[in-house]
Amino acid sequence: MYTLNLAILIPFIVALFIPYLYRRLPGVHTGWFVLVVPAALFVLLASYIPTVAGGETVLSELPWIPSLGINFTAYLDGLSLILALLITGVGSLVVLYSIYYLSKERESLGHFYVYLLMFMGAMLGVVFSDNLMVLYLFWELTSISSFLLIAYWYHRRQSRYGAQKSMLITVTGGIGMLAGFIMLSRMTGTFSIREIVANIGQYTDHTLFVPAMLLILLGAFTKSAQFPFHIWLPDAMEAPTPVSAYLHSATMVKAGIYLVARFTPVFGGDAVWFWVVSIVGIVTLFWGSFTAIRQTDLKALLAYSTISQLGLIMSLLGIGSAALYFDVADENSVYFSLAVFAALFHLVNHSTFKGALFMVVGIVDHETGTRDIRKLGGLMTIMPITFTLAVIGSFSMAGLPPFNGFLSKEMFFTSLLRVTELSFFSIETWGLLFPIIAWIASVLTFVYCLILVFKTFFGKYQPEKLEKEAHEAPMGMLISPVILASLVVAFFFFPNILGEYILEPAYGAVMPTFVEANVFEHSIYAWHGFNTELMMTLGVVGFGIVLYRLLPSWKWIYAIFPAKLSLDSLYNHSLLTLERKSTSITNRYMTGNMYHYMVYILITIIAVVTAVFAYTGAFAIDTSNDAPISIYEGFIAVVMAVTALSIPFAKSRLTGILLNGVLGYLLALFFVFFRAPDLALTQLVIETVSASLFLLCFYFLPEWEKEKRRPKVKMLNVFIALAVGTLVTTIALSVQSNRLFDSISAFYENAYELAGAQNIVNAILGDFRAFDTMLEVVVLLIAGLGVYVLIKLKSNKGGRDVEGE
Amino acid sequence: METMMSVLVGILVTVATYLILSKSLLRVILGTAIMSHAVHLLIMIMGGFSRDSSAPLLGEEAASYTDALPQALILTAIVISFGVTAFFLVLAYRTYKELKTDDLTKLRGHDDNE
Repeated sequence: MYTLNLAILIPFIVALFIPYLYRRLPGVHTGWFVLVVPAALFVLLASYIPTVAGGETVLSELPWIPSLGINFTAYLDGLSLILALLITGVGSLVVLYSIYYLSKERESLGHFYVYLLMFMGAMLGVVFSDNLMVLYLFWELTSISSFLLIAYWYHRRQSRYGAQKSMLITVTGGIGMLAGFIMLSRMTGTFSIREIVANIGQYTDHTLFVPAMLLILLGAFTKSAQFPFHIWLPDAMEAPTPVSAYLHSATMVKAGIYLVARFTPVFGGDAVWFWVVSIVGIVTLFWGSFTAIRQTDLKALLAYSTISQLGLIMSLLGIGSAALYFDVADENSVYFSLAVFAALFHLVNHSTFKGALFMVVGIVDHETGTRDIRKLGGLMTIMPITFTLAVIGSFSMAGLPPFNGFLSKEMFFTSLLRVTELSFFSIETWGLLFPIIAWIASVLTFVYCLILVFKTFFGKYQPEKLEKEAHEAPMGMLISPVILASLVVAFFFFPNILGEYILEPAYGAVMPTFVEANVFEHSIYAWHGFNTELMMTLGVVGFGIVLYRLLPSWKWIYAIFPAKLSLDSLYNHSLLTLERKSTSITNRYMTGNMYHYMVYILITIIAVVTAVFAYTGAFAIDTSNDAPISIYEGFIAVVMAVTALSIPFAKSRLTGILLNGVLGYLLALFFVFFRAPDLALTQLVIETVSASLFLLCFYFLPEWEKEKRRPKVKMLNVFIALAVGTLVTTIALSVQSNRLFDSISAFYENAYELAGAQNIVNAILGDFRAFDTMLEVVVLLIAGLGVYVLIKLKSNKGGRDVEGE
Repeated sequence: METMMSVLVGILVTVATYLILSKSLLRVILGTAIMSHAVHLLIMIMGGFSRDSSAPLLGEEAASYTDALPQALILTAIVISFGVTAFFLVLAYRTYKELKTDDLTKLRGHDDNE
């Protein structure tokens, strides 16, 4: 029923109990409990192989937020199955390896396995989710758990740096991807990937089509460490080796590949997609292999090799997408779609050999205490099994027989040679560059594979440089890499079992139309006869050996490009600059000076209100309905204006306060003129009390100083004050000129019938709108309490009572 | 009449704004007090005038009454602004007691980095 949904959730559920097990059973290595989870899931998922190979898919849907169309939909087809098997299979092996790698006493295993299980569940969620939003949720969970795993040894500065870097880059891409998903769902009206694939044909000319594509690709490229976002992967090598083997070779970095493959039926056949994916892939392939050669740290070398292999897979997916440009019946299409098949094949192969290689490097690190190839050498006789594993892994990576890397490399060359025969997307001119660059990258790949094997295991054994006495690893640590290496060889001899049961359904998921038309048939042969691809492979070997021999004489090429201009320093520099600039900008306007903030607020008010009024044409001055001015009111108004204007010029504070009192009393007088007896009363009393309060403060406050302001500032203040005043006047006049409705006050004139009151104002305050009055009382109460507390407050310096001073 | 009163309100607001922009704490509080006067007057004139209406007391038995609603609003506003002004004044007094200055430009708080 909900088996798949449960399969995704099981790692999370188990993760909840891990800390408990870790604390209650300190005698047993926690990894043994964890090992059950991926192993059981692997068996469970493997049971789906026949179903999927039969061309069927499994779908189960749990409602989550149905009103928004977001449901926890698990969908299993060939593509998700491949990745799920990798996740659980490699996951089991990595957990087994980590049991022997991480010490029970020294490491905080509870954390490690919680993060690892969280990652496993999230990754399964990514490959099984059919709903875009749920996919995004799990996608971010993989970012977070990866962040936690990279910074597992959080006391190391380098670990924290690497974790932060990977987090920033992958999450940036993730946010871009979310935007792309939202565009896609707005465009097609659904969150389900299957439905989008089914209906995308109507939307290829939609304005959001290309932006959505590019944003989704941004997510895929950042996660899969494609150029120029690859810089986080080498720094992520600060993580424990099992993590590097699992996350940064077999699973998480494949998430971007998965995404590209999953969306190939949606975007494939489009020129932009083809170009972006292929070119980024090829550039990454070249740059990764080129940079790997200069590394001295084995893990960094493997990180760059991972980057380059991911670029290879990415470029194959890009080229394969061109097949969708043609009609299904066209033989061209099948011909080009081989690239997709090659990509999937290499995806599996890469996971096997790269996992094994990472584990090998971990063993070397574990047994010698260093990963620096300048200190290593001559380990062949001391660690024979490890050496064998390293050879198998490296030569598979280099693409030599009898290992599986050879098969996918041949297919890779075949696909790239076909690009030269393409005649669309205006590719004729540049098509030839693809195989050439790929071939050069393969030569470089071969060189770093040789470095990996020869510098580590051949040459002179240098015990004085090593921290420990080197010796062969314990058996338990070797189990996982041995299994992976056996797979490497097995896939070479029996590729078609894998091809038929796993790769073909996955291919079908990427190229659904082809399967329906039943035009698809691939077999994998190790021997194609003497053709161009074989020549290319021979060339790779020949040139590779030559280059490796001459390595010291062409090392200078790496010095051409100064470290200052590398992407890493660009990243660091932009991060620093961002922080510095934002700090300086913030410090520039957040001065801590009240006056400045008041200026910002007032200027904003002036600008916004003026703009709105001007824009809506609300300024209207119509004095025709004015009541005539009587002599009294005119006189009082003039006096009031003069009083007000003289306050800023007052020499002493006493004058200022008294003038303010005058203003208050004149206001009361106005209230009398306007027939508001209650107001006049209140105003008189309040003004008296306020004035006395002000005078009370005199005793404690110093005499007014003359405002020492620079003339410029004074001018600005005058300008702001005048502008605000003018604005208020204009608004007041405009409001009076635009009366829309009559007042509702006629209703309150029934005060006697409704409330038994003759004083309408009091009736409003006490009956009609008594709520206001109640809260106004509360305001007064709070103000009184506040005053009391402020005065009674013990000062925190020495705790003296203020009153007693 | 309305025009004249609107101009008067504008003048009051100008003065109040100018005072609020000054350095001395007492001037600022004075500015807020004047600002309240201006606002009360503004509410008053927005209610409109008419020469021959009487105060809103039903005992007058007049033909028409002045609009009572703005008056009720102003009454509420007066009390609230009084409460706030009183609180401000005591706050200013305490500030001066503790910090020995009433110059707003010197009241900068602390830098987070110190």
